[in-house]
Amino acid sequence: MKLSKMKKKNNKVKYILISIISFTVFLIIWYMVTDVFKLVKPISLPSPVKVLESFINKFTVKRPDGSTLQAHVLSSLRIVLTGYIAGSIVGVPLGIFMAWNRKADMFIRPVFDWFRSVPGMGWIPVMILIFGINIASKAAIVFAISFVAILINSYSGIKNTNPVHMWVAQTFGASNKQLLFRVAIPSALPHIFTGLRQGLNQAWASVVAAEMIGSNRGLGYMIQMNRENSRADLIIVGMLSIGLVGTILSFVLQKFEDKYVRGRH
Amino acid sequence: MNNEVVIKCENISKTFPTADGTAFDVIADFSIEVNKNEFVVLIGPGQCGKTTLINIIAGLEEATSGIVTVGGELVTEPDPKIGVVYQETNLFPWLTVMGNVEFGPKAQGESKASRQERAQKYIDLVGLTGFENQHPNKLSGGMQQRVGIARVYTNEPLVLLLDEPFGHLDAQTRYLMEEELEKIWRQERRTVLFVTNNLEEAIFLADRIVLMTNCPSTVKQEYIIDLPRPRDITSREFLKIREEISKNLDLTS
Ligand SMILES: Nc1ncnc2c1ncn2[C@@H]1O[C@H](COP(=O)(O)OP(=O)(O)O)[C@@H](O)[C@H]1O
Ligand SMILES: [Mg+2]
Repeated sequence: MKLSKMKKKNNKVKYILISIISFTVFLIIWYMVTDVFKLVKPISLPSPVKVLESFINKFTVKRPDGSTLQAHVLSSLRIVLTGYIAGSIVGVPLGIFMAWNRKADMFIRPVFDWFRSVPGMGWIPVMILIFGINIASKAAIVFAISFVAILINSYSGIKNTNPVHMWVAQTFGASNKQLLFRVAIPSALPHIFTGLRQGLNQAWASVVAAEMIGSNRGLGYMIQMNRENSRADLIIVGMLSIGLVGTILSFVLQKFEDKYVRGRH
Repeated sequence: MNNEVVIKCENISKTFPTADGTAFDVIADFSIEVNKNEFVVLIGPGQCGKTTLINIIAGLEEATSGIVTVGGELVTEPDPKIGVVYQETNLFPWLTVMGNVEFGPKAQGESKASRQERAQKYIDLVGLTGFENQHPNKLSGGMQQRVGIARVYTNEPLVLLLDEPFGHLDAQTRYLMEEELEKIWRQERRTVLFVTNNLEEAIFLADRIVLMTNCPSTVKQEYIIDLPRPRDITSREFLKIREEISKNLDLTS
């Protein structure tokens, strides 16, 4: 037991070390290609030094896309979190309900199967028609994208409940409702979190697409505007910010999972 | 010995439909009676309907024909008076030891103080004092089965059905657990139906051994074991009984 724990810790240290080395090598190559050997023009690929400078300046400078970096991040976060939270609130219970209730499954499944077959971008026109060009239509696209993974994982989590656990609970006199809330759902929780994680990644990744609809703020908008302005440094700042915020969101969700999913390996 | 019959199976048969459309007879015309506070061990080859039989007695599965009564009442659905311990994936991994042990009375709405007091008594009895707040994945296989036993005792069932509870343990742990179970059973007598495929385990535990045939399973023979408890597995009497039964036993199938 102790030995395996030590090994786990060692693996973690190893993982962090390798990550640091990998990033350092990446940065060095980037630096060599740009500032040292000048293999590419700064206008198409600026050096890491220049990008860092632009990154820091972007917190105070609104030019040329009209907003500071934090304003872009907040705007994107607002859209993504609205869509994602709505996707979770609908997706988790609906997935559980469909897995638990045969009739509901048969009734809802055809619609859901059609729904999931529409790719994320396919939602853009209809959402604009329904909601107009505003935050609601963008959040609705994020919703449509994240909801699918969340529902599917919740569904399969419930379906994968170990029958022995159900038997045991039944022999202890558990009612149908108790079987659902005290056995099936707790047992499905790791699956549900997998869906929430996938949904969050997809929601955040969809921000660029969602912001293609007439926007004036947001990380996706910022990247597009700076492509038009040929500001490669700010495009990279936008990309890095998307990665950074995505990592932070995953981290927060992981903390929730650690708190609520106990006793699994 | 008290002769009030608590578990009664009359002419149980079970047939499963198979993929190719033919029928698979797992149990055929199986009858058995277990008396109050008697420890009966069922022994028979694997894949031959032992778990199916346990689930029929527990009301989890329906027999194709035949009836089961427990405490004089017909069994038609699971009932807290029939407690079951299975071989594996018994415990709820998301609950602590205490959460697992108090599950039954909690589901039935018993007050926290009352159910936890009883849960603690059985946690202590199986020697897991101090582990109440651990999750099962932190416990060894033997400790997990102790939790399973404490859990089923805490629910105060009329009968205990144990389906190869020690089948996954290594020989050393298995032997310890047999001793432990026998000791608990002597302190807290219950009507027990215990399934195994290990003859030594059967003779160590049983008041009576019921030998099952190959598929479709039915009763082949019964043996009353009246050796004094706790039994010494190296004693001459023990070895003699073991030899006698093993002549009649075909566990390879
Ligand atoms: N629901 C089921 N449908 C079809 N076959 C089953 C079902 N449950 C069990 N069986 C079959 O019945 C046989 C007996 O199973 P089981 O009762 O688990 O045996 P044992 O506990 O003696 O090893 C096995 O061959 C198994 O494949
Ligand atoms: Mg079995």
